[in-house]
Amino acid sequence: MLTHEQLIEMYRKMLTIRRFEEAVFNLYRGGKMPGLAHLYMGEEAVAVGVCTALNVDDTITSTHRGHGHILAKGGKPRKMMAEVTGRVEGYCRGKGGEMHIADFSIGILGANGIVGGSLGIATGAAFSAKYRKSGQVSVAFFGEGGANQGIFYESLNMAVLWKLPVIYVCENNQYGEYTPYMKVTAGNLIDRAKAMGAAAIRVDGNDPLAVFEAAEKAVARARKGEGPSFIECLTYRYTGHHVGEPGKGYRPPEEIEEWHRRDPLTRFEKHLIENGIASGSDIESVQDEVAQTISDAVDFGLKAPYPDLSELTMHVFVE
Amino acid sequence: MPMNNSNEIRELTFAKALNEALVEEMARDERIFVIGEDVGAWGGVFRVTEGLYDRFGSDRAIDTPITEEGFTGLAVGAAMTGLHPVVEIMFGDFITLAMDQIVNQAAKMRYMSGGQAEVSITIRATTGAGRSSGGQHSQSLHVLFAHMPGLKVVYPSTPYDAKGLLKTALRERNPVLFFEDKMMYAKIKGPVPEEEYTIPFGVADIKREGSDVTVVATSRMVHTALAAAETLAKEGVDVEVVDPRTLQPLDRNTLIQSVIKTQHAVVVDQGYIDYGATAELAATIYQGAFDYLEAPIERLAAPEVPIPFSPPLEMATIPDEQRIIAAIRKTLKG
Repeated sequence: MLTHEQLIEMYRKMLTIRRFEEAVFNLYRGGKMPGLAHLYMGEEAVAVGVCTALNVDDTITSTHRGHGHILAKGGKPRKMMAEVTGRVEGYCRGKGGEMHIADFSIGILGANGIVGGSLGIATGAAFSAKYRKSGQVSVAFFGEGGANQGIFYESLNMAVLWKLPVIYVCENNQYGEYTPYMKVTAGNLIDRAKAMGAAAIRVDGNDPLAVFEAAEKAVARARKGEGPSFIECLTYRYTGHHVGEPGKGYRPPEEIEEWHRRDPLTRFEKHLIENGIASGSDIESVQDEVAQTISDAVDFGLKAPYPDLSELTMHVFVE
Repeated sequence: MPMNNSNEIRELTFAKALNEALVEEMARDERIFVIGEDVGAWGGVFRVTEGLYDRFGSDRAIDTPITEEGFTGLAVGAAMTGLHPVVEIMFGDFITLAMDQIVNQAAKMRYMSGGQAEVSITIRATTGAGRSSGGQHSQSLHVLFAHMPGLKVVYPSTPYDAKGLLKTALRERNPVLFFEDKMMYAKIKGPVPEEEYTIPFGVADIKREGSDVTVVATSRMVHTALAAAETLAKEGVDVEVVDPRTLQPLDRNTLIQSVIKTQHAVVVDQGYIDYGATAELAATIYQGAFDYLEAPIERLAAPEVPIPFSPPLEMATIPDEQRIIAAIRKTLKG
């Protein structure tokens, strides 16, 4: 059972993700951020639901759409904002960027720009946890697009064979870039995982409590040495594949509206109030704090210096 | 090299020397494990991992499904979380299946994380034609990885070097691609001392001193070059044979100094010729010893054809003693 404190913390994290992404959107549109911006708005309940079930030393791997996972696992908005703006005070000294944020000190083994590319790494982190008898659990966040990559099946096969403590969290946001997933996906995803002997469940990915419940079971299973789980979280991205692409034209307007009616933040806020977990003023004070955190992070990022050119050849190897 | 008092030094095959390095380092460091196809109970198709399963158990000599991308990716994740995997890619040609994990993940993790990640992984793969195995089991693809920032590339020629360099790889905190010419595993024997030693990366070895011409050769080509040197010695041509031993880092200075001395150079490698290892080796020499060269550098490598099956065709792709001799003669004529 989650305490009221934990539930409010979940809300705070979901809201932090939403506001962080809004800030990134504005930075990008304002020409203050280089590269691309892949936003997580609409999917907040997945990252927060899963990470609430993890310990600090449990590990995650993430995707090109990774800001939400990083924040949910405990990433610091300031260092993230400095990274997405290419500054030396960013998590990766500005050398990774928006798609590659990592914080090894809290188990974030990196977001990843290759679709499906981190599934092997997450499986290896689970292998390592078992080998070292550390009790850690490894989570691979990936999309339904990544679930069509060969490495997903290769990894799942070994994870089941060797009972690795890994949880494959598939965020099904319905579209791989501009292509609806049903057009490119045979059968359904959880049947694929079941066929290989993993525990598999599909949940409402816009409900943080449903996600948490599934994740908690998967974590328990992993820690007991019972092997991997697969959780398909049905969700939706509010923005386009990246900022600058409005996410329209290939997605029906009524579909977009329908998913906005299921907005994870609005629903969770309502849940907290209706169940007496938080008052309206509690919610307001969280909102104020989060707004402050994000504006502070933006200031920090934009004021931080760019890397000196001497950084160019540093960190290729461990010297 | 301590090969000089060789009376008392035992001789090992190339495969056995590698095996000894694995045994010694696995005994020294519990974080090291081997993983790949048939590397455990069977001992590896080329016998390099023989005995590891019995000695260290199935947890440290791990038989995988035939899934190069999957087990390489798994190993990268294990390396990033404190272990040191030794991945065996049975035929080096199969490494193409694991390219994303090596090129986009292992090689870049440290840099992209701003120095947070440590990817201590050794990936062993074979090279070498000459067994009539056809176009997908005979290639020498080492140079693909020498091209990539973030990877170290080792390409030894002797059992002594193989053991010492593999031990260094297993103590490295960076990704190492370790290429082994499969034609040497059983056929090449050489002295390997009983006592502990390692060989640093980035230090070329002069396998034969000479004053008239420098032959820079990699891996098995070193032996072919040495044979050519012996033949030419009878005609009074004094050939120096330089073995870079590691392609990344490359000991450019030793190559350059040798050519400053001999003023003639031939470069030999078993990979494909265009944009290949011989191109980098020749460019290094041109840049560092241009004013000393008496003639253009001769390059010998596989022609731009898939490695053929039929023995006479296949043999035509591998630089041999006669071709090396002809190249030396050509460069000496200027």
